[in-house]
Amino acid sequence: MFTFSNQWWTINVGLAEMLKGGVIMDVTNAEQARIAEDAGASAVMALERVPSDIRKEGGVARMANIAIMEEIQKTVTIPVMAKARIGHFVEAQVLEMLKVDFIDESEVLTPADEENHIDKNLFKTPFVCGARNLGEALRRIAEGATMIRTKGEAGSGNIVEAVRHIRTIIKEMKQLTVMGKDELAHQAKNLQAPLELVKWVAEHGKLPVPNFSAGGIATPADAALVMQLGAEAVFVGSGIFKSSDPSARAIAIVKAAKNYQNPEKLLEASRQLGEAMPGLDIAKLAEGELMQTRGW
Amino acid sequence: MKKVGVLSLQGDFAAHGAALERAGAEPVFVREREQLSQIDGLIIPGGESTTMLKLLRYENLFDDLAEFGRRKPVFGTCAGAILMAKDVTNPAQESLGLVDIAIERNAYGRQIDSRVVELEPGPDFEKRTAPGKLEAVFIRAPIIRGVQNGVKVLAEYEGDPVLIEQGRYLVSTFHPELTKDLRVHSLFLEKL
Repeated sequence: MFTFSNQWWTINVGLAEMLKGGVIMDVTNAEQARIAEDAGASAVMALERVPSDIRKEGGVARMANIAIMEEIQKTVTIPVMAKARIGHFVEAQVLEMLKVDFIDESEVLTPADEENHIDKNLFKTPFVCGARNLGEALRRIAEGATMIRTKGEAGSGNIVEAVRHIRTIIKEMKQLTVMGKDELAHQAKNLQAPLELVKWVAEHGKLPVPNFSAGGIATPADAALVMQLGAEAVFVGSGIFKSSDPSARAIAIVKAAKNYQNPEKLLEASRQLGEAMPGLDIAKLAEGELMQTRGW
Repeated sequence: MKKVGVLSLQGDFAAHGAALERAGAEPVFVREREQLSQIDGLIIPGGESTTMLKLLRYENLFDDLAEFGRRKPVFGTCAGAILMAKDVTNPAQESLGLVDIAIERNAYGRQIDSRVVELEPGPDFEKRTAPGKLEAVFIRAPIIRGVQNGVKVLAEYEGDPVLIEQGRYLVSTFHPELTKDLRVHSLFLEKL
């Protein structure tokens, strides 16, 4: 049995449990945060630019401006998350001092370390990390992440990568549950993940932390799609505030997350939404433009 | 087997479902009005009370839930406690108003102020369940600031009530569903 080294494991996995079934929305100012909370968001992600703008404007993307994050913290009563660059443990230290409720060590920002992720077990604040497959998810959990989300392709408005990632993670977990005990060490080697965590997943058939989805969700149907595929909640980045009617879309996606198994209600939620954000064809993005390949 | 609903709009309904199974009851994940007629009691789980309130209004479930609560046992944890309280502050917010308590949201602070503590439950709780300390997981928890009209306090932390009952209602500001201790859930099942 794997014993989790982080002494704050229970309260931090616990907070992730509290966010299940909900929608976590990217916001860049207090007004957007209020719109998100009024729509029924279960948390907000405070950042300076949404991923589609980071993609468009280029340059180095860093932890958000402190004043913006503080203003958002003052505006809403729901949890406030914020992003640190991959491997930038000092940004994480600063975010902990700011008392953000969850830190996203995120591929959306420009990585600060091309080999190492943050040692998240050293922090009392919980972390969420992106993953494209089970091995990546388990490496992040071993480092102390208490929530996993698919990476998808942030800022693309295209669900195809999030679907690929959630399907891969679920499939790789299913495979573990039917493998012989004597095969798990070899599979751990293939997954490049700690054996003890691989054994845990083989026994339970799920991750030891909540498993959410992010990266390309733009419509209520997108949210319900990844949830029917096994995601337990969704992050929506550019999808809301880059659409023509953010408030209506935010409400619709909150309704869709609750009714993800009910097509009749999904139809209702999908009416009168205005224009979705413009989408990108992932196949036409150059290798260097992909955010999902950041993280190791 | 007793059928217990877990309000599954948003929050840690899955953890409550697992705790109910361990305690020997059958969980029903309540998302639709019709399901309320199939259950003997209801748990309102942890999560975000603002999100749950919005969904109750979007789906026109608010009045049905209040009506259910006037007839049947209800147990609320954390956000569920906030939804059941008569009086909610920080900020003031609408609620089902089932229990005569005043409750302050996010009263310990942000996530960094969340904690796991061992409580000495009151003698009545131990007598009705089993003796022993109670592991209490507080996550961005509210604090009960006042109790009225015969609300019974079953456990306290730092002088504030954290587990209370009033007739068929049970309320905890902590999360027994996140620990192995099933005594709080068992106490609720006794009410059914």
